[in-house]
Amino acid sequence: MDKGARAWTETVRADSGWFDLRLRELWAYRDLVLLFVRRDFVSLYKQTILGPLWLVLQPVLTTLAFTVVFGNFAGLSTDGLPHMAFYLCGLVAWRYFADCLTRTADTFVSSAGLFGKVYFPRLAVPVSRVVSGLFTLGIQFALFLAVCAWFMASGAPIRPRPEALLAPLLVLLMAVQGLGLGIIVSSMTTKYRDLRFLISFGVQLLMYLTPVIYPVSLVPAQYRELAMLNPVAPVIEALRYGFLGQGAFSPAHLGLSAAVSLALLLLGLVLFNRVEKTFMDTV
Amino acid sequence: MTAAHPVLQAERLGKLYRLGYIGSGSLAQDLSRWWARLRGRPDPLAKIVEGRAGRQAAGHLWALRDVSFSVDRGEILGIVGQNGAGKSTLLKILTKITRPTSGLFRVRGRVASLLEVGTGFHPELSGRENVFLNGAILGMTRAEVARKFDEIVAFAEVGPFIDTPVKRYSSGMYVRLAFAVAAHLEPDILLVDEVLAVGDAAFQRKCLGKMGDAAGQGRTVLFVSHNMAAMERLCPRALLIDEGRLVMDGPCAEVIAAHLRTLRDEPGPELAYAVNLALLDERAHPDMRIRSLELATPDGAPLRALATGQGLELRIGYEARRQFVSPAFAVHLNDHLGRRLVQLNTSPISGQPVERLGARGTMRLRIDALPLTAGTYTLDVGFVREQSEWVVKLERAVTLRVTPRDVYGSGMALDQSRGAIVVGHRWEHEPGGPTP
Repeated sequence: MDKGARAWTETVRADSGWFDLRLRELWAYRDLVLLFVRRDFVSLYKQTILGPLWLVLQPVLTTLAFTVVFGNFAGLSTDGLPHMAFYLCGLVAWRYFADCLTRTADTFVSSAGLFGKVYFPRLAVPVSRVVSGLFTLGIQFALFLAVCAWFMASGAPIRPRPEALLAPLLVLLMAVQGLGLGIIVSSMTTKYRDLRFLISFGVQLLMYLTPVIYPVSLVPAQYRELAMLNPVAPVIEALRYGFLGQGAFSPAHLGLSAAVSLALLLLGLVLFNRVEKTFMDTV
Repeated sequence: MTAAHPVLQAERLGKLYRLGYIGSGSLAQDLSRWWARLRGRPDPLAKIVEGRAGRQAAGHLWALRDVSFSVDRGEILGIVGQNGAGKSTLLKILTKITRPTSGLFRVRGRVASLLEVGTGFHPELSGRENVFLNGAILGMTRAEVARKFDEIVAFAEVGPFIDTPVKRYSSGMYVRLAFAVAAHLEPDILLVDEVLAVGDAAFQRKCLGKMGDAAGQGRTVLFVSHNMAAMERLCPRALLIDEGRLVMDGPCAEVIAAHLRTLRDEPGPELAYAVNLALLDERAHPDMRIRSLELATPDGAPLRALATGQGLELRIGYEARRQFVSPAFAVHLNDHLGRRLVQLNTSPISGQPVERLGARGTMRLRIDALPLTAGTYTLDVGFVREQSEWVVKLERAVTLRVTPRDVYGSGMALDQSRGAIVVGHRWEHEPGGPTP
């Protein structure tokens, strides 16, 4: 065996193209992504009293608050659906998107210590956060299904449709949107730290622009088209249509949303890769 | 096939830092910078970076420029240069932590540095989980870690506690486990930066030992150190980097000699000492920063000259964001070859522990008399926690110039070539045999 005859394993150049995204390298580090997921999960709940019970309590309490404030006091329409089921559906889905966005948005700042010491594909961090969000989503979605079943058993007008089977695709779409936007923001926060504050209340604002606590049918007809251009809106409406039987299921809007999401992700990847190379020089 | 077979090849590597933008924090800061520029004022936030005129042009600094070299398999290559010369930048590029601005490098096999020990350890995870996580961060696959797992645990001597969260480990166990993972990485090219190495002396010895082993097994080692004695012992060949450029590549002894010549004139001829201010920011810890280093005479006047046998006071100004367990300040005195002459440490060496840190404060170290012959000496200044772990380590932060004095009354100007230390002494001569 002649070890000496091996070719160069790697060449690092000053300038690689804008689209040299090195996704294959990320794949080689897939074990790391899974271990990060596990670390996130353990560290999130190990020091809390109620542990993963928080995952259930959070949406339940928020849904109750929404039911009282928006459903009863404000009397917002829920398309004739039981308030609890309506809000829970929107909230669980929205939370996954918002989680993906906010938890990937601070990638560089929160991992500066790690990034400064050792090289691994930096994308492993945001990708692992999107994946670990799936646990939360899974548990909360099970809760939502249980609530639906309970309402159906008590005769509420909930009619699941075959479109519910699209749920995994819809979740993937939200993951792509959250990740795409998140890494765009994280790439920019290396230069402008104050974007972090913008993101926390920006997400809050965005929720009110998205049909989470109201159905899109409540939006005045002339603005409805505009509301559906928000890439998250058709996803949430489609989930409601699939699982509860009421909502705006629009393949055209979903297709547009998917196109926008992929564009966001691509833009995010390009920016992220640019920043990744020199990030340690700016902090 | 063993002759001249490069495993690492650097071609015209360069790294450009934009000075004004280092640490650019917020949009507000950028706006104030823009406003200043609009009024023709200098950038209010620009950081003053140590550097000499040649490297800086219009707010840019070439930390590294046109560095080309190649290293063969099994070679131990030393890298020497002053603080801020570009050694660390070179290592950061070779470990891919930052990208070069120009040029390229090629490697055969896996590159690892001992900087990474314990990186990514999470206190809540068990020893076992951390071994896998840390291994994956260092680039091992799950299967690879699994294969070496038993060996790693045995090496770390943490056997029965492997499923306990590492937050319950003693700091010794923690470091052993972290080191065990790194030691089993088996890189083809190992980068060792002793200047940045943390951990206690025993741990640093282990690192050096590991380096020797690695070279014995046909691995390649790049070794950065200020300790010229160790460098000369370990490395047949060395590079000298000065002001970002590779100025010499050759046999270690010659390179060290050239390096020492560049060091000689560090403090200007009329100054007693020089402080490497850039180092204070560069090596700051988020919670602990040494903000100032000053030298004074024993009566508190600024130090203008330091002659053999004269005393001095070192003032270490610090800023601490929190308390540390068993905090201690450390000062090491080295000779011109980087050999340690004196080691002072508030505790345990000096037995004068620091009780509590203030948010800001000053440590004064008074040395009654410095029995050094004429020449250049350096001081390492640092802050240590739990007796032995470096939090801030400023190597060669202060360069001292000692001027000769006729301490022995012989009319001879003693310098380092006649030994570094003077001692009070007397000769007695008894001709003939010993008196009964």
